[in-house]
Amino acid sequence: MTQAEFLNIVMPFKDKVFRLAKRLLVSKEEAEDATQEILLKLWNNKTKIEEYKNVEAFSMTMTKNFCLDKLKSKHAQNLKIVHSNYQDKNTSLQKQVELNDSVDWVARIIENLPEQQKMVIQLRDIEQYDLDEIAKMLDMKNTAVRVALSRARKSIREQLTKTHSYGAK
Amino acid sequence: MELNNIENLLEKYENGETSLKEEQELKNYFSQETVAAHLEMYKPMFTYFTVNQNETFTKTVPLKSKKTISYKWISVAAVAVLLLGVFFNTSILQQEDDLGTFDDPMMAYNEVVKSLELISNSINKGTEKLSYLGQIDSGMSKVTYLDEMENKTKIIFK
Repeated sequence: MTQAEFLNIVMPFKDKVFRLAKRLLVSKEEAEDATQEILLKLWNNKTKIEEYKNVEAFSMTMTKNFCLDKLKSKHAQNLKIVHSNYQDKNTSLQKQVELNDSVDWVARIIENLPEQQKMVIQLRDIEQYDLDEIAKMLDMKNTAVRVALSRARKSIREQLTKTHSYGAK
Repeated sequence: MELNNIENLLEKYENGETSLKEEQELKNYFSQETVAAHLEMYKPMFTYFTVNQNETFTKTVPLKSKKTISYKWISVAAVAVLLLGVFFNTSILQQEDDLGTFDDPMMAYNEVVKSLELISNSINKGTEKLSYLGQIDSGMSKVTYLDEMENKTKIIFK
């Protein structure tokens, strides 16, 4: 497989890998490193790529495992990522949108969700995958994905309502 | 009417029962400038989702095709070298061992006689040179006269 062929396969979902990694690892730099690592792993195993039925789903699973491993080793080292002072360089994108502040709130709320719910929200509401696909990627049952999704959405809404009414009053 | 529809969708959405199409409808609705006041809190949620879809991975990945030397070919080369070594070794050994054979016993006898004569001739040459040793013997016997002389001088001094 040549580089061009590989890039053709990888291009469509590399951003999705990056966004999922960023959702889990929070920091942009770490997410970039993780994405790079995953793409390199795919490249090194390029001979096997043709055997996989769904390279994209496989890569997403790989990303999930890789990031969770990374988080685990971080917790073990007692080195938590401090994201209270974390600033996204891509804010210009968000600045184009009104309600910049409350949009940031959503990011913070999602950050505090459990990892599984984070991933489900990311894969469904942002990447718009099918529930079955998500179930396969995360190695969960379809119903479990639905429950996690419902919980995540409800808790985001609840917290937003809280901050919203707080601002109003 | 439409608002009612959105409310229904939102409820389904929170139960995780909406299809992707219905979710897109919700996103479209909340991307409007104005939404119903009591649904205002959903707006940042859906705008966040749409905004985040556009984030891209910009870092370039260095893709180097690793040139792995397959060990299969190394073993093939090793076997080839081994076989060549064995082949040349045996052929050289065969050349050294092969001194030729005689089918005719008379000829063989003649050859043997010839080579034995050659050996004895060269041995004789050696012995000729050794004959000088006989002269040393005769010289030594002449030296024995000195002993007699010494004996006589002893007697004289006594």
